[in-house]
Parts: sequence; C-alpha cells; structure tokens
Amino acid sequence: MTIIPLYFAIPLLAAFLIPVIGKFAKTFTWLFTTAVSFALFVIALYGVAAVQEFPLIVCKMGRWAPPLGIVMVLDAFSAFMALVISIVVFAGALFSYRYLSHYTGQWKFYTLYMLITAGMMGVVLTGDLFNMFVFLEIAAISSYALVAFGVDAEELEASFKYMVMGEIGGLTFLLAIALIYARTSTLNLADISNVMQMFGQTTFFWTVLGLMLFAFSIKAAFVPFHSWLPDAHPAAPAPVSSLLSGIFIKVLGIYTTARMVFNVFGLSRANAPMFFNILIVLGLLSITFAGLTALNQKDYKRLLGYSSVSQIGYIMLGFGIGNYYGVAGAIFFILAHALAKGLLFLTSGAVVHATGTRDLNKLAGLGEKMPTTAWSFRFGGLSLIGIPPLVGFWAKFWIILGALKAGMLWLAITAIVLSGLTLYYYLKIENSVFLKKGKVDAKPAPFTMRIAMVFLVVLIVVLGLGFQQVIDFVVGPAANALLRGLEYSQLVFGYVTTGF
Amino acid sequence: MIAFLACIVLFLIGLYAIVTKRNLIKIVIGFALMEYGINLLFALIGFRHGSVAPIITQIDMPRRFVDPVPQALVLTAIVIALGTTALMLAVALRIYNRYKTFDIAEIRKLKG
Repeated sequence: MTIIPLYFAIPLLAAFLIPVIGKFAKTFTWLFTTAVSFALFVIALYGVAAVQEFPLIVCKMGRWAPPLGIVMVLDAFSAFMALVISIVVFAGALFSYRYLSHYTGQWKFYTLYMLITAGMMGVVLTGDLFNMFVFLEIAAISSYALVAFGVDAEELEASFKYMVMGEIGGLTFLLAIALIYARTSTLNLADISNVMQMFGQTTFFWTVLGLMLFAFSIKAAFVPFHSWLPDAHPAAPAPVSSLLSGIFIKVLGIYTTARMVFNVFGLSRANAPMFFNILIVLGLLSITFAGLTALNQKDYKRLLGYSSVSQIGYIMLGFGIGNYYGVAGAIFFILAHALAKGLLFLTSGAVVHATGTRDLNKLAGLGEKMPTTAWSFRFGGLSLIGIPPLVGFWAKFWIILGALKAGMLWLAITAIVLSGLTLYYYLKIENSVFLKKGKVDAKPAPFTMRIAMVFLVVLIVVLGLGFQQVIDFVVGPAANALLRGLEYSQLVFGYVTTGF
Repeated sequence: MIAFLACIVLFLIGLYAIVTKRNLIKIVIGFALMEYGINLLFALIGFRHGSVAPIITQIDMPRRFVDPVPQALVLTAIVIALGTTALMLAVALRIYNRYKTFDIAEIRKLKG
C-alpha cells in the first residue's frame, strides 16, 4: 500500500462529502476543508521524504501493468509540486472563513476548492497522458466556476473570456494526444518517450511538441497568450486568486511543459539548443511586456495579475537556460513565487474585506490600521523582488548563476535589470495603499486571515534562511529528476514491482 | 487520409468560429465543432478496415480487431466536453441576464 492515491483521493472524497454536510454546518465545512488541506500538507511532506530514498515510486492503478494500465508516478519533481500545492491550498483554506462571509452558497465554494486541488494533484502525479488531460480539465473547469463565483457582471465576463482561452488550450492538448496516439499506440508517458526516441526528431515530433507548447503557454499565460489572466485572477475571490496565481498556472502550464520537454521528449540544451532559446525568448517577452503593463495598473489585484505573468517568465527563463543551476533556479522560483504571490493575493483579500475596494487611488493609510497585512505585504513583496535573505532572492540568484555558468552574461544582467520593474510596481502598491496618508475606514484583518498570512510569511523567512537545506532535500532532487531525461522511462518500467 | 484531414478541417472551422463570431452562443457552438473534430479523429485512429469489435466469442475468430482504446477516450472526452459546454452556456445565460445581450462587442467592462 503506497500513499500515492491519497494525494488526489482525499480531496476528491472531501469534494463529494462537503455538499452533504455543508448545507447544515457552515463552520464545520470550513474546518473540514482546512483539516483536509492540512492532511494533504502532511502527506506531501511524507512524499518528499519518501523520494529521498527511492528515485521514483510507481503506483499501478487497478493493478494493470504500465504500458496498458494507468500508473501514478511520484518522483522528486512531483513530490515538490504536490508540497507547494498543499501549502498554498492550506493557506487559502484558512483564509476563506471570514473572507467568504459575504458570499452565499459557501459549500459550493469549498466543493470547487477541493475539486481544483484534486485536479492539480492528479496532474502532477499521473504517468499517463490522457489521464493528465482529464485531471487538467477537472482543475480547469473548477477554476472557471470559481472565477465566476461572485456572479457579478465583471466576474462572469472574466470567466467566459478565461473559459474560451483555456478551452482552446485544452482542446489543442487533446489534439496533440490524438496525434501521439495515432503514431505511437500508447498513452503511458514512459512508453511514449521510448517510442518517440525511435522516431528521432522528425517533423511529427516537432508538430506535436509545438501543439503542446501552444496549449501549455495558454494555461501558463505567457505573453502572447496572457490576455485572460489579468481579468480572471482578480475576478476570483481572494483565496482562489491566491491559489490560481500561486500554483495553478504553474501546475497546468509549467509543470506539464517541463515534464514533456525533459522526460518525455528527451530534449536538453545539448540536443535542441534552438528550442531552449525559444523558451528563453518566451520568458524574456513575458517578463518585460507584462512588467511594463503592470506599472500602469490602478487595480490592486489586476496589478498582481500582471505581476504573475511577468514572474512566470523568470521560471521559463530558468528552464530555457537548461543547465543544473538554471533548472534548479526555475524550480526554486516556483516555490518562491507560490509563497510570495499567494501571500500578496491574500493581503489584497484582507484589504478588500476591510475596505470594499481595490482601487489604488481610493485606498490610503492602511499601514497603521492593518499592521499585520501591511507587514505581510512587505515580506511578500521583498521576496518577490529578491531581497536577501528571503526565499525569492535565492531562487533568482540560482537562475542568474545558471545564466553565468552557461556563459550568457547578457541574460544574467538582463534578469537583474528587469527586477527593477518588480521593485517599481511593488513600491506603487506599498506607497498608495499602506504608506500614503489618507482617511479610509478599516479594521484590522480577522484572526483566521492573519494566521494564514503569517503562516506564509514564516515560510518565506524560514525557507530563505535555510535555503541550503531546501536546495539539498527538495529543489536539487527535483531538478535532477528533470535532468535525468529519458532515464525516466527506464525507472518507471524498472520500478513496476513496487507499490500497490 | 482525406477523412483525417476532414477532422482537422472541422477542428479549424470551430476555431475560426470562436475567433471571429461575436455572439456568445455561436462561440459555444464553435467549441462543439472543435470537440467533434477531435472525437471523430480519435474514432478514426482506432478504425481498421474489415475488422471486428475486440470481443472474443469463439476460438477461431479472425484476428483483426479495431482498437478499443480511442473509443474509451472519446467517451471520456465527451463527458468533459459536456461539462465545459454546460458551464459555458450557464455563464453565457448569466451574462445575458446582466447585459441583456449576447454580443461580445457590447460586453466590455474589463479592459487593459
């Protein structure tokens, strides 16, 4: 008996229990959701410990052997992603209690919240291409519904726009799956990578990869495909914005891209330098364009949305550099950005809860009235800019180190200079919401909200101080799991005897 | 081969409808077309000429079977498509209640 099915079985079960109990007991529903999220956090920690010992743990669903049946594969990268998911989900669940007090139908929120968690957990754990599509759609459909949760005109509009873009991406992915199945007659990721290797880098290979990159670029909101994100993420309730920006786009966009490129298609900078240069260009485009657009925003959450598009570019940059430091930096950045952006969206939720507006021109002087929120915002913002010793600094440092090791001095300098954009729009919020003198009525954030924010602040500081341990036990193994490349398939077939 | 290309064309017609049409309902129909294109493609991938369903009812059956996996995939894809279409139509109706129109040119509160 392995723990792997628990990752997605627990939230899925919770999602179906909540409608039964939720109509009668509001507080209990929230407690239940938070408890489930915490249980996931514990399981994810256990998973990270387990992959220190085994390079890969395989779980055969229904006891069908790999090429025929669906397998769940837990390697260091999956374990890492699951851990980040559970952290953000836990903080968001904790935060939801008071924030949702002015919404009706709260049990629907918690049901969708658990479904989106189950979907994301499934995406990072599955070893089967079509299964990945199914989990991806479970997560995506829940997210469309959560964006529209407030059913105001703007929220509905944002949700529809998001749905159109997201579904074009999803269907393109499905088309790529159909083409892959037509040529390889298999859906198992490890088996696909074996068969693809026999074909070599043909036109078919690049067509399928291109379709997938297009689909995942929409899901991750890289710059030519980003237009839905600054509408959709602000429209959602704050805990969901935090979840969507913090981890959702990375699971559906970045994780899937990285897994396909490195482990399934077996690309590395050595055998496909052109492709990795394209990733760098995509990354730089996102950082610059979205960063510049963020400077002019007047809406608290919308600015953070553009900031997410911009920061996602750094992650792609790290993967594009393609050596150990670059990839480790990108993975570290996933963690750092999830904590920081999750926290920043929670502070925006606290501000909206207290004042009822998120217009930067109308907000003022909250630094004294909401001290915990203000300081949480400062820690999150500083980590995002990359001020040592917070966790964001080390992530960016590793990416820049990777660029230097790869001999791309210009890229390292560009990455540092572009941090200035982050600094500028962070200061804009800091100044107009927290420092500027003004008369805005506000009470301090409720207790549960403060706990959620402080939880993330503590993680940002502690993981920043203990960065060496994070690199050694979590990020390093995850980077090695990706850079193992095609060995992935041998490991999957080699380890089929273990597990339930 | 022509049948495969027809599926891709159907997919592209759907994409064209989504990109160019201004009516929310027509956009949803565009998605339905895209889904049909892919589902047909899946069914065709599994098809083999002159073969039977992979159910062995007697010992000396001809050994040419159609591939059953794509059919299972199509079933799953249809269910997912049902979910998205239902959600899209529900959101489109809510939008209609707020704006009194299905025209996306007039539904513009968000910009930038």
